[in-house]
Order: sequence, then C-alpha cells, then structure tokens
Amino acid sequence: MVKINGELLDKDGKTVTEMLADMDISGQRVAVELNEEIVPKAKYGETVLKDGDKVEVVRFVGGG
Amino acid sequence: MWEAADTVIPTREEMYKALEERHGAELQRKLSNASVAVCGLGGLGSNIAIALARAGVGKLHILDFDRVDISNLNRQQYFPEQLGQFKADAMYDTLKRIAPYCDIVKEQVRLDEENIPKLLAEDDIIVEAFDKADQKAMLVNCVLENMPEKYLVSGSGMAGIAPSNIIITKRVTKRFYLCGDGVSDVENGMGLVSSRVLICAGHQAHAVIRIIAGEFDI
Repeated sequence: MVKINGELLDKDGKTVTEMLADMDISGQRVAVELNEEIVPKAKYGETVLKDGDKVEVVRFVGGG
Repeated sequence: MWEAADTVIPTREEMYKALEERHGAELQRKLSNASVAVCGLGGLGSNIAIALARAGVGKLHILDFDRVDISNLNRQQYFPEQLGQFKADAMYDTLKRIAPYCDIVKEQVRLDEENIPKLLAEDDIIVEAFDKADQKAMLVNCVLENMPEKYLVSGSGMAGIAPSNIIITKRVTKRFYLCGDGVSDVENGMGLVSSRVLICAGHQAHAVIRIIAGEFDI
C-alpha cells in the first residue's frame, strides 16, 4: 500500500503518471513528492511506487 | 515623537532602532540579513512584499512581467495613478516609501524554467505568488528540482468568500511550505476578494518570517 496525501491506497507497482491518471489529475498543475523528495516531472513515467512509499500530491489552483 | 510637519524621513539608524524595539535585537538582526525573492507582484506578491518590507527584511528581490491594470485595484497594492506602469516599478516605488533603506532589486521579467535557477540564485527564500495554476506548478517544480537548498513558500487556493479559517500553512517537505485552502480556484467563477487574498498573503509572509527566525514548524 502507498500512502497518498495521508490516505492508504493500493497503488503498488504503478508509475507516478498512472497514479495521477487514476486520480484524474493533470500533470501540468501538480508537484509530486515521494518520501520527502521531489519527483522531477521528466521522471513521472519511470518512477514506480512501492509498498510503504509516502506520496504528497500538491495540486495548484488559480488565483493570486 | 515625529510631528506631522516633519518632512525629513528618519535615518537608517532611527528606523532600525524602531524595528529592533518591536521585534527584539536577535530577530531584527536575522530579518535584516535575509534575502527574499517575491515572484509575482499581484494580490499575493504585492501584499507579501509590503509585509516583509515593513518587518525590516534586509533584501527584497521583486519580479513581475506585467503592468498594473484597473482589474487589479480590488486587491493589489497599487494606486489608480499607477495604471499602466510595470508592477515591478510601481511596487519598487511603494516599498521605497515604506522602507527607504531596504535593499530592493526589481526585475521586469517573465520567469521560466530556463531563467529561474540563474535569477533566483542569490535569494535565501523564494516566494511563489503567481496567479495561474500551471505557472505556480512550474516555479515550484523548478525550484525543488534545481535549487534544493532554497526555502520555498507557495500559495494555492484563496479565491471567493469561503471562510477565513480554512486557509492554512502546510509544511509539505522540510523546505517547502504551502499556504491557502488548496481548493478555491479562480477558474470556478469565484473572483478574488481583497480580504481573503490578504489572509493567504499573510500566511505566506508569516511563513517567511518564521523561517528567517529559525522557527520551522507550523
């Protein structure tokens, strides 16, 4: 199980790209932290989540 | 006491002493030695820059590509007579009136993945104060990927008139703080209202001041 924004979800073996697609989130408006480290945008497709990982998906909304 | 008739502004030493009396010598020394970049000078950035200048932050680096528009006046710290000016120029003038001895570097520039690492290299703390969601994400990703030694304070979710108290400061990782309610999107038809933008700007400015003070928890 992978902890995503505090919630345990069955995303083991999925890439960051697949995780975002499952969550229906556009990759253009997020920052993804995996175990306290930023995942570079260019590596979303090759970064595979594994059991025990902790992920923070920061979604940005407009306005400022 | 300063009389209203006095037209001469206080000296550097007098202004420093007044800050020191309010903040304490140790905090004021840290504030005076800090260098903060404010990226975007709209509703968030103009209010954040003013708060930091008033607090006596020693060096402010203000960056924006845009000009002051009439649609900005409901929440951004500009005056009607500044319409059409570059925000970096208009904000520089206002900050210099507030804090004449603050070292302010203004840049009229559109930040992108190419120029960010170079332009922000000298700043200790970077404040993301853009308005477009994809630009916010671009700056945050670029700083976190290329400049891991920087502190970063971002804002997301402050549109409309939802309650004040859902706007919070989150410490996402050790050096990355995120302020806002995370959901109130200007694209959902909710306009930006001065008071709520100010609350988010206050969260961001205060996160910066706490980082400078060495108080990293939230």
